[in-house]
Amino acid sequence: MSDVRIFKPRFNPAKPAFGLLVFLLYLFLLAPLLIVCVVSFASNQYLSFPPEGLTLKWYEMLPQESTFMEGMKVSLIVAVIVTLIVLALGVPAALALDRFDFKAKAAVQSFFLSPLLIPSIVLALGMVLLFGPLGLTNTYAGIIIGHVAITIPFVIRTTLMSLATTDTSCEAAARVLGADSWTVFRRVTLPIIQPGVIAGGVIAFIVSFDEAVISLFVAESGLPTLPVQVLRYVENSADAAVAALSVILILISLAVVVVVERVMGLRKALR
Amino acid sequence: MTLLQTPVAAEKRPDQDEGLLEKATERRNRRTYLALLLPGLLGLLVSFVFPLAYMIRMSFNKGAPDGVIVETFTLDTYIQPLTDPYYWRVTLDTFQMGVTVGILCVLVSYPVALFLARSTSKYRGLLIAIAIAPLLTSAVVRTYGWMVILGTNGLINSSLEGLGLIDTPLKLTNNMTGVTIGLVEIFMPYAILAMISGFGRLSPQLEEAAGSLGASKFKVFTRVTLPLSLPGLLTAFLLVFVLAISTFITPRLLGGGSVQVLATEIYDQTTGLLNWPFAAALSVILLVLFGLIIAVYQRLTKKIGG
Repeated sequence: MSDVRIFKPRFNPAKPAFGLLVFLLYLFLLAPLLIVCVVSFASNQYLSFPPEGLTLKWYEMLPQESTFMEGMKVSLIVAVIVTLIVLALGVPAALALDRFDFKAKAAVQSFFLSPLLIPSIVLALGMVLLFGPLGLTNTYAGIIIGHVAITIPFVIRTTLMSLATTDTSCEAAARVLGADSWTVFRRVTLPIIQPGVIAGGVIAFIVSFDEAVISLFVAESGLPTLPVQVLRYVENSADAAVAALSVILILISLAVVVVVERVMGLRKALR
Repeated sequence: MTLLQTPVAAEKRPDQDEGLLEKATERRNRRTYLALLLPGLLGLLVSFVFPLAYMIRMSFNKGAPDGVIVETFTLDTYIQPLTDPYYWRVTLDTFQMGVTVGILCVLVSYPVALFLARSTSKYRGLLIAIAIAPLLTSAVVRTYGWMVILGTNGLINSSLEGLGLIDTPLKLTNNMTGVTIGLVEIFMPYAILAMISGFGRLSPQLEEAAGSLGASKFKVFTRVTLPLSLPGLLTAFLLVFVLAISTFITPRLLGGGSVQVLATEIYDQTTGLLNWPFAAALSVILLVLFGLIIAVYQRLTKKIGG
């Protein structure tokens, strides 16, 4: 039986059928992104399908849509500051978690990852309740503090992943040769774990930039971020201006995917 | 005492010195890692622990309709959601949505994950990246895409009308159907990721071995592939369930106000009614639901693992 199979591979219809199934499922997975791209070039006055003609008017509209431009500015400022803060907090913590042994280590590590286990709407409500009396709602400080919680796990995870695969003997060698701790970190450790740090930073940036729920609660009326503006626009308007904006956002994400994939592999970085 | 102790101490000196040195290094290390951990811990304390603790405390306060909060310690806020049939309905709908989305998402993600786990193609990395790249685009954008596909004048309805299959557009948005379809797609990358890592024990050699011993394709799948991939399937299901019951954007946009789940209810209680303690109580209920599921999950994985 098995010999026949090896020497005369018969046509097996299950194989192309499985391939087709996987292809269709990929199509389903990418459908909303593909459709948004098509709609962004459609000349239909209202959101509908199929396109009546091709146009760039939605893209031309974007710079005049002040809510989008304002939202973009707020989101960019927030995401940049959040990324810097989270790297400053997360990288040293990951270093300590990897290099030192202490009793509560496992607990501390799961504590750092725990914000991912809490529904963001619950966290968002807690933040608006606490930040309100402190005067932090509708301020940059409020949104930034809010985003730190949900981005820190990613930085911790990617940095730990990089640290786990490093060879500590380089550091020992540097120390023996007389380098102090800071020099060892800057000249030896950091270059080795750089992929993890970059991937963590990039993911933190994207997560903060795309975050809608916390921003909606903490800063809806005063400093709406881009996702909040988009949410509002989608709820109130029926045209395709959001599609054009979405295409630009998708392209930015795509660029990010390429960067993360190059430096450490997307799958490693996200898990 | 001192006279007696001195010679003993002198005798033990070399040993003690080593101990002291070790202790000193240990103390220095302890200080170093504390210094490294502290900023991160403080950051999480301020942005994570305090808000959650404050919210839980808030759920025991009394709310007045105009947004005034009466500082007290009462269980009143919990009585309404636990006795009013409306909130039972909302909680049950949330739970049901989580189960449906979880099952459907696992079903559609399994073939993709299986394909990616087995693939030996040089494009495997790229295909994995494409499968999980949607995670990095905003849920708002992807939900918007589904609104265009499922809407009254959307892709599906105009195609079906164009083909003459239907006269009146199907109602695919502003109801649970639309929300479910959208959520299944939005959580697919998570499910695929969870499955790929859960497939650790699934090696192609095992399938080949079963095949060469005479098992049919179907038998190989039901007796080897499926049992070995069960842990991955379970992880993926629970992950998607947990994400689905707490999601807000998609039920809000695709539900168009006619789908009420815990997350949308929390938002409405907050922004519309300004009933903060009540919103907090609903959040605690959502958290408890969450905790229960995670506890169940941990028991199940222990059973499967052991």
